[in-house]
Amino acid sequence: MKCQNCHVAEATVHVKEVKNDKVTELHLCEKCAREKGFHSMMEIGKLSIASQMVWMAENLYPEGSHRVGQVQCTECGLKYSEFLKTGRLGCPSCYGAFGAQLKQVMRRIHGSVRHVGKAPGKNGAQFERRRQIQKLHEDLELAIEREEYEKAAVIRDEIRKVESTAADAAASDQSATATATSAEVADDSEHRAGPRRQS
Amino acid sequence: MVGENNAGKGMPMNLPVSDMLRTSGKWFAGDGPWSDGILSTRVRLARNLKGMRFPGRALAEELSNVLHRVESASLGVTALEGRQLLQIEGLSVLERQFLLERHLISYDLASSGDQCGLVFAADENVGVMINEEDHIRIQALRPGFQLDECYQAASDVDDQLGSSLEYAFSDDFGYLTACPTNVGTGLRASVLVHLPALVLTRKIKKVLTGVNQVGLAVRGFYGEGTDVLGNFFQISNQITLGEKESQALLNLERVVRQLLDYEEKARDVLMKDAREQIEDKVMRALGVFTHAHLLTSEEVIGLSSAIRLGITLSMEGLPRTGIINEILLYAQPGHMQMMAGTEMSSEERNIRRSEFIRGRLKDDLAA
Ligand SMILES: [Zn+2]
Ligand SMILES: [Zn+2]
Repeated sequence: MKCQNCHVAEATVHVKEVKNDKVTELHLCEKCAREKGFHSMMEIGKLSIASQMVWMAENLYPEGSHRVGQVQCTECGLKYSEFLKTGRLGCPSCYGAFGAQLKQVMRRIHGSVRHVGKAPGKNGAQFERRRQIQKLHEDLELAIEREEYEKAAVIRDEIRKVESTAADAAASDQSATATATSAEVADDSEHRAGPRRQS
Repeated sequence: MVGENNAGKGMPMNLPVSDMLRTSGKWFAGDGPWSDGILSTRVRLARNLKGMRFPGRALAEELSNVLHRVESASLGVTALEGRQLLQIEGLSVLERQFLLERHLISYDLASSGDQCGLVFAADENVGVMINEEDHIRIQALRPGFQLDECYQAASDVDDQLGSSLEYAFSDDFGYLTACPTNVGTGLRASVLVHLPALVLTRKIKKVLTGVNQVGLAVRGFYGEGTDVLGNFFQISNQITLGEKESQALLNLERVVRQLLDYEEKARDVLMKDAREQIEDKVMRALGVFTHAHLLTSEEVIGLSSAIRLGITLSMEGLPRTGIINEILLYAQPGHMQMMAGTEMSSEERNIRRSEFIRGRLKDDLAA
């Protein structure tokens, strides 16, 4: 069989790929396979992510997509439009810079915008506690919404307990930033729970 | 198939890499749990350093800084015992291909140049790729079906590296990665399964579509973007945000068990309806292995698949799974050339490959 690319050399490299449920087959000579073969196979994966992003940009921001594309990360200088082309971010700060748009992307890819897994080293335990407090606040909100006041009271006690151990742990760690963050998280949730409680 | 190399003939070999020819990597031993249906399990964790640009956007000095920091942090990681430290830049194309075939580096790392590195344990069970798409890609490999063991091994390396490096992490999004498809846990767990009966009974498409629908990905032998060969399918998780590592592993395990279950049912159907044809196919494959004088690497993967099927069906007179795995590993172009100690044309490789396989099987079948 002749190479499907140059139609001159004998095809010695046979590439098959299953994507969703379509199978595509390519028969190439060594030279052409090297030139376009596995590198381009790699690109397919990346392209599909990039095209997904473009799809999202067009569909989620039909009017403002040009404006959104101009948003730039102050740390690394990456523009959102560049991210849409490559599917790759420039630096950790990009997650903050493109927060609103990225949330849409992440929701589409993962069906979620909030991490629930492991956290690094010493911060791991504190992260778990903050997570736990946040979760309890949400439970509290829900209980109040459903007018399950007895349950709400139990949850509120639980929150006080976890928060006091969190504060102890943070204090013993002498980590002021961690205390601040956990207090911020708690404050934020209180605010969200607040108005509903009154209604 | 794996890309062919184009390095000059008789180029000097990197000692640690050619040393690796003496062993086949523990994860390829063929003795892990469920090893007749599952070749290997792999877990990788993507991590980045705080305040540093991701490799794709970083300058050479920054990459060099990351490389040296991660390398020196890796010295304190006990799981990387007998570690080898390699800078990809210093490796020939052939050596890169060899490491790729060994599943120690990815296509991305194999084809990249400056300031990229690899650290791996002597037993090749764990490794760390440096400055691939992310600063750090921790990888653990095991033979057979060992998701929890793999995750634990990768996570231990992660903890130990993390004790001296500060990772880019946010409470909302978890571990921050260059691509939002990995953000959160940075976990990609994958299992290389062998599903010949589902392919032969033409049930595979339907089954794999089902796998896609539950949010798992199906890929070929060498991972992302590669072809499916010899009825080997790599099944992996895709969701990394909003799902705990343990949950992702559990989902994957459940689906893989189900695939093996379907495969077993398909095998029963085959043996009921087409026993003679299947046994013929297996023994013909063995016949080609023991008598052919020219074998391509694609052929070897296909024939290995048929013989594995025979082993699963408890047919007599077949080599052990471990030997088939070894053939699968060493018959790859990079391994053939590293063994020969020189570059070879594909024709030369096909001759050498058949000689190697005949020799290996003669020993095993005589034993
Ligand atoms: Zn060609
Ligand atoms: Zn940035």
